[in-house]
Formats: sequence, C-alpha cells, structure tokens
Amino acid sequence: MASTPNKPAAVAPSQPGFVFLPLIAGWLVPGAGHFLLRKWGRGALLAISIVCMFAFGLAMQGRLYANAHDILEMLCLLGDLGSGLLYVVGRAMGLGTEPVQLTVADWGTRFIVVAGLLNVIAAVDAHNIRTGRKH
Amino acid sequence: MFSPSHFSAVLLFAVFASTVFGITQRETPQRMLRYGLYCFALFVGSVIVLSWVMFLIAR
Repeated sequence: MASTPNKPAAVAPSQPGFVFLPLIAGWLVPGAGHFLLRKWGRGALLAISIVCMFAFGLAMQGRLYANAHDILEMLCLLGDLGSGLLYVVGRAMGLGTEPVQLTVADWGTRFIVVAGLLNVIAAVDAHNIRTGRKH
Repeated sequence: MFSPSHFSAVLLFAVFASTVFGITQRETPQRMLRYGLYCFALFVGSVIVLSWVMFLIAR
C-alpha cells in the first residue's frame, strides 16, 4: 500500500503587506516586530530584556565598536549593529567611546554585543511569526 | 558607573538571555516559561561549576 509522504503544512502569510516589515522593524527597534504582529506581551518582554542589556552594558562603560581592525573586532561590530537604532543613538550620543580598562567595562562590552545578537534572534522570530512558521 | 560583582553580572546576563531564548525558541507561554527557566538554570549552574573547577585548578 502506497503511503503519501507527510507534507509540511503550507506556510502562508497571515496578513497582507510587506512580509519583511516585522523583521526590519524588529531589528531597528527591539520588540517592534512583535508589536506589529500584535504580540504585545512577547514584544514588551523582548524589548525590556534587550534594551536593559544594552543599557547595562553602557552603564558598565562597555565599548561600542566603531571600526574593525581584526576579525574579532569585526564580529563584535556586527553584533553591535544587531541592536539597530540603539547602536545608532548610542554612537550619536558619543557613548561607549572610551577604551576598555576595567574588567567591568569588558563585561559591559560583551553585554552590548550580546544584546545585538539577541535582537537579531528576536527579529527573526518576528519574521517567522509573520510568515506562519511559528504561532 | 554601574559596577556589579562578577556573579551579579552573570545573573543579569542569564535573566536577559534566558528571557529572549524562552520567547523565541518555544511556541506556547507555558513552554516558553519552562525553557526560559531551563536556560537560566543552565547559565547559572554552568558558571558555578566552572568557577569551582577553576578554583580547584588554581590551588
């Protein structure tokens, strides 16, 4: 007896419009992708977590990478850019420009980089919800 | 300047990272909470274990 293979459920956008909007909005402003999809609670928790992590990083005198002289700095710069407008505002305000001299400042730098990476994960999650891959 | 202890910094890091992991990696609120707590326990637990390992190596 021939069996039909289990096909994955059809992935259909749940609403019309630009499908990448939650991804881009979520990258620019933490939690905004989920807010656009009316996931208020998830968006608020994500925004609080990412913004607080970024702010704590700056409060610990963490560094915002502006340029990359080697591969590690390039990776850190990419992580920082994941924070979207938080990075732009921080750079515009002249924050995170002092060289890292304390251990706490090094932790702060990692906080800022990881906040950016977590923001990318959150933005991709918003995109998955938008495309119907996740509920 | 905000200057937490090493362990306080670990707790802060674990709280924020676990929150994002829980929300993004699971679908239902109950499973999100459970996975977030699981990640938090792994973060903090691994730090405690590795700290003891480094302490014993350094002796």
